[in-house]
Amino acid sequence: MLQGIFIIFLFQLIGEMVQKYFALTVPGPVIGLVLLLLTLLLLDRFGAAVKARFEPGIATTSTTLLGHLPLLFVPIGVGVVMHISVLEDQLLAVLAVIFVGTVASIGFSALLMQKLQRRGAGHD
Amino acid sequence: MTDQQRLYEIWVYLQAEPLFWLTLTIGAYLAGDFVYRRTGLFPLFNPVALGIVIVSVVLLLFGVQYERYFAGAKFIHFLLGPATVSLAFPIYRKWALISANAWAILTTVLLGSVFAILVTYALASLFSLERDIVLSLLPRSVTAPIAMGVSEIIGGIPSLTAIITIVTGIIGAAFGTFTLDLLRVREMSARGFAIGLASHGIGTARAMSRNETAGVFAAVAMGLSGIVTALVVPLIVYLLRV
Repeated sequence: MLQGIFIIFLFQLIGEMVQKYFALTVPGPVIGLVLLLLTLLLLDRFGAAVKARFEPGIATTSTTLLGHLPLLFVPIGVGVVMHISVLEDQLLAVLAVIFVGTVASIGFSALLMQKLQRRGAGHD
Repeated sequence: MTDQQRLYEIWVYLQAEPLFWLTLTIGAYLAGDFVYRRTGLFPLFNPVALGIVIVSVVLLLFGVQYERYFAGAKFIHFLLGPATVSLAFPIYRKWALISANAWAILTTVLLGSVFAILVTYALASLFSLERDIVLSLLPRSVTAPIAMGVSEIIGGIPSLTAIITIVTGIIGAAFGTFTLDLLRVREMSARGFAIGLASHGIGTARAMSRNETAGVFAAVAMGLSGIVTALVVPLIVYLLRV
C-alpha cells in the first residue's frame, strides 16, 4: 500500500513539474495519469517482472482512493455554495444555462457514442 | 468559569484545528450516502450534493468563514490529485475495451465537446447574459483547472468559471443517470463517456462509484474533452466574435 501511495504521489509530482515547466493548461495530475498509464502499458510489453512487483500496491491504493471519489469534491463544493452570491441577479439564468446545457450535452454525446459503437460492432 | 464559557472555549479551540472540519466533511458525506440509499437512489439526493448542503448549513448556522473550514478540509481536497493519477489503473485494466472503441471515442469527444460549447453559447445568448459571464461559461464542461486556464485566455473570470464548473459537475452527477435512462442508453461505456465528457471529475466520480466500465469511460472522456476544449474554445470565441 505504502509503495502504491509513493508511486502515485511520484507520478503526480512529475506531472506537476512537467505542467509548470512547459506552462501547459492541462493540470499536473492529468499529466501524471497519462504518464502512469503509458508506463503500465509499456511495462506490459517490455517489463512484466517489474510490473508484477509494483502492480498490487498501485491496485490497492487506486481502488481505495477511487472508492470514495465523490467525497473529495465536498470541500470545493462547499466553497461554491458560500460564494454563489457573486452572480447576483444573473444567478437563475446561469443555473438554467448550466442545467439545460449539461443535460443536452450528456444526451447528445451518449446517443452519438451508442450509435458509433453499434455501427462499429456491425462492421466487425 | 461557567459551562457555557467552557463549551465556547472548546469550540474556539476545535474550529482552529483540522480534525473538526475533516470529521464534519466525512460525516456529512456518509449521511448523504445513507439518505441516498434510503430514498431509492433519487438523483438530487446524491451523497456529494447532500454532503455539500449539510456542511454549508453548519457553516452558515455557526457563522464560520469558508477559509477557516477549508484550512481543515484541504487535507481531503488534497487527495483529488492522487485520485486523478489513480484513474490510470482502472483505465489500464480496461485498455482492450478502450482500444476496441477508439474510433467511437475520438469522434464523440470531438463532436460532443464542440456541442457542449455551442449549446452553452446559444443558451447564454438566449438569456442575453453579460459578455464576461458568457466567456466564463464556455469552458464549463471540463475539469476546473483547465476551465479556469481557458477562461483566463479568452477574457472570462477564472474564479467565476470555477464555480460554474463545479455546479456543472454536480448537475451532471445528479441528473446524468436520469437523462440516460430517459433516452434508453443502456451501454455502460456510452453512459459513462457522456457523463465524463459533459461533467468532468464530479460526473466521473459518480460514474465510478456505480460501475467500473462507466467510470473508466468517464475518466477517458474527461481527459480527452479537457484537451479538445482547451484547444477549441479560443477558436470558437474567435470565429463567433463573442
